[in-house]
Amino acid sequence: MRRGAYFLIGLGLTTLLCCAPTQVHAEGDPVKGEELYHRCQGCHSIDRNRIGPMHKGIFGRTAGTVPGFSYSSAMKNSDIVWNEDTLARFLENPRQLVPGTKMTYAGIKDAKDRADLIAYLKQATKP
Amino acid sequence: MTTLPPNASPTAFVPVRRRFLVGGTRALLSGAAVAMLASGAARPAMAAQTAEQIKADVDILNTALALEYEGIAAYQVGAKSGLLRPDALKLAVEFQSDHKQHAEALAKAVKQMGGTPVQSKTAAEYNFPTASLKNQFDVLRFAAGLEEGAISAYKGAIPLFADKDLAAAGASILGSEAMHWAILRSALGYKPLTLAFVG
Repeated sequence: MRRGAYFLIGLGLTTLLCCAPTQVHAEGDPVKGEELYHRCQGCHSIDRNRIGPMHKGIFGRTAGTVPGFSYSSAMKNSDIVWNEDTLARFLENPRQLVPGTKMTYAGIKDAKDRADLIAYLKQATKP
Repeated sequence: MTTLPPNASPTAFVPVRRRFLVGGTRALLSGAAVAMLASGAARPAMAAQTAEQIKADVDILNTALALEYEGIAAYQVGAKSGLLRPDALKLAVEFQSDHKQHAEALAKAVKQMGGTPVQSKTAAEYNFPTASLKNQFDVLRFAAGLEEGAISAYKGAIPLFADKDLAAAGASILGSEAMHWAILRSALGYKPLTLAFVG
């Protein structure tokens, strides 16, 4: 009986680990995220296209579709829809997720920083 | 945070030593890395790189070039705004000159590597938020924001260079942007910012 219980617990844990999302998102702090957004403002702004596309309306948007911005073929063909998970993966290493992207940025390696930035973007980019 | 009145002279709050640096040691600070970049001469390091690496480096240079063109255009808008007092105008023109030198060096490097330099845009295409620029303080703060952004952009791009000579030149330009940012912050009357690591 005990062995059976342990087996079921182990099976459950294994299932959980195997099916866990690629990125576990910590709760982000949008106040810290706004400070981090300064890093993005070299090339981006919330409401106008610059060296990079604007960020307004990004959540739920298909990558490569902001009107008036000249994207790389790689981004246009990426089939990415921006959400917390895809943004987190992209921000960690843009060129790894989208090889050929025009975004020449090494990435934000700290997971908490990414979470904070995404929390800010969720508030600041609402259409 | 202490701030200057909107139309105060920006050099009023720049320490005397830094005022000397703004005007005096410019030539001494252009390093070998940037001189190499600016010459457009062939660099031995390129021979060791793959075509893919060279293209990736050209893309980074072109992003930096686009950034510099935006900065040049922004300072032009600021200079022509009529909102800057003479000292501030002199500062804006000096900083714009630095960005022009950056752009020239970057464009030469792109061509030397077989790429096509990106072109600057028109003022209308840049779509700067000019309606929000009401006085000298607004103009300088806008410029400071762009310089701060440039620091982050270069910091994010430099690790991606396959060619370490280009990384060195990029770091030199980052240093220039950092000087601009620090001086503009001083001119705006902000408390001097010291950071162990720039994010």
